[in-house]
Amino acid sequence: MTAVTTDTAGDTRRAGRYVYLASVTLLCAWVLVPLYFLLINTLSSPEAVNAFPKSFIPEFDLGSLTFFANFAGMLSALKNSILVAGVTMILSITISAPAGYALSRFDFPGKELFRLLILLTRAFPLPLLALPLAVMFIRTGLDDTVLGLALVHTTLAIPFAVLITFSLFSGIPVELEEAAWTLGCTRLTAFTKVVLPLILPGITASAIFAFVISWNEVFAAAVLTIENRTLTAFLLQNLDTSPLHLKFAGGFILVVPALIFIFAVRKYLFAMWGIANR
Amino acid sequence: MSTRYLPYILILPVTIFLCVFFLYPFVLVAQQAFWSDTGFTLDNFRKVVGHWKFPISLKNTLLLAAAVVPIQLALALLMATMVNNMGRGRDLVLYVWTIPLGISDLAAGIIWLAIFDQSGFLNSMMSGLGLIDRPMNLLSYQSPGLVFLAIMLAEIWRATAIMLVILVAGIGLIPKEYYEAAEVFGASPWKRFTRITLPLLRPSLSTALVLRVILAFEVFAVVQALGGTLFPVLMGETYNYQFELLNGRSAAAVALIILAISIAATLVILRVLRVPKGATI
Repeated sequence: MTAVTTDTAGDTRRAGRYVYLASVTLLCAWVLVPLYFLLINTLSSPEAVNAFPKSFIPEFDLGSLTFFANFAGMLSALKNSILVAGVTMILSITISAPAGYALSRFDFPGKELFRLLILLTRAFPLPLLALPLAVMFIRTGLDDTVLGLALVHTTLAIPFAVLITFSLFSGIPVELEEAAWTLGCTRLTAFTKVVLPLILPGITASAIFAFVISWNEVFAAAVLTIENRTLTAFLLQNLDTSPLHLKFAGGFILVVPALIFIFAVRKYLFAMWGIANR
Repeated sequence: MSTRYLPYILILPVTIFLCVFFLYPFVLVAQQAFWSDTGFTLDNFRKVVGHWKFPISLKNTLLLAAAVVPIQLALALLMATMVNNMGRGRDLVLYVWTIPLGISDLAAGIIWLAIFDQSGFLNSMMSGLGLIDRPMNLLSYQSPGLVFLAIMLAEIWRATAIMLVILVAGIGLIPKEYYEAAEVFGASPWKRFTRITLPLLRPSLSTALVLRVILAFEVFAVVQALGGTLFPVLMGETYNYQFELLNGRSAAAVALIILAISIAATLVILRVLRVPKGATI
């Protein structure tokens, strides 16, 4: 009798295990299959992209990508995207890292107010800021420049950069720094010789995160640039008129860095939210 | 340099930056929307709200958020609990599931266009199975339901990852002892989920929902790529006012309406999911 019950219990557990594995696989497929479809379209000739029915295996033809590279304005848009994202990356880290350090190391009057300001920026639809800034930028000559757009993207990246650097610095015991002080370091040299080397990989991850935020942003980029369009703005502007193979190749170019970047920062994706929520 | 002033010097750059590029633009956008040459006015709002496209865009935006966010919440919770119990392969599965986090909404729209387009993969599949003779135009004004479904799927595909990341981090903070104690007392997995995970996850749930709902009201590029003008949304209207009609004041008015909806939603979520004082882990 007992043998029978344990047997059915074992069966249920095994069945549960299969359901579990099947759901994990299914959810992975849900993410990956659409990406695979994009890959097929990118690696097919323009004729194949517009043909019907579609093959479910790429023909490894670089026709679409060549077309993309030769399309007027596309390469300069790609260059602008990289430039804007690069400037955003540098700006947001140099501005945010000191604040993250201050939040993790000091208790000071006004700290809660400052935290509120940071959290507030996260709770607002920030791309909308591009509208008033467009007017301000025309007055100051920043309109349609890499720097102007990078400034807006930095605003988008700052809350994340502050939160990530805050959680990174919190993970380094203050005793390490104190030990360095007793051994003759000043606050600055203790920071550069002890804390900085430990924190560098994390800082890189948060810089990459800022890069991705800027790289992917569509609305502000479309509002603030006219001649010097970024890739997202360029693709958006030409959605109605551009042929399918151009859209897919453009989409693919947008996706590739994201895949690499998420892989590079995957360890830090979770660290920042754990502390930020409390 | 005295330690007393050091923290203020350190936060100064961010504060200045946010004042110039975050607080000041809000003053500007309000000014643009509320003031005309003659002084305070609500004309911009009256004009924008009275336009025939406004009720449709508002309805579409809210409907899309209402359809997408609950599904994403359930999906993200399911994925987070699955990952939590996973041994081998956890890192790989998590990486795959968080890939969409790095993908822009425009790219997501284009990806789903590859599936729903007339010569796309859905049509190819259906014709391969012998369901249809020739490709159908799935994304046309004749099939608003399908356009909505395509946009919904693209949104769910793209933006579930952000909730997943926040929830996984939140679940990681719940002490394992609670689960062990519950198991000793014979609580079923479902009971453990509803009695331990959900209540203790409240701070993460509210962060995830606030972020996601705000993003849902900002939906723009996915819709542009898949629906074009077939599915007007608020953010698209702002864009149209600014670009096609070159009317900055109306654009500012719509922007403020989106902002008001976002703030209202944020307050509701924070209120519903608030954590009583002293009840944190």
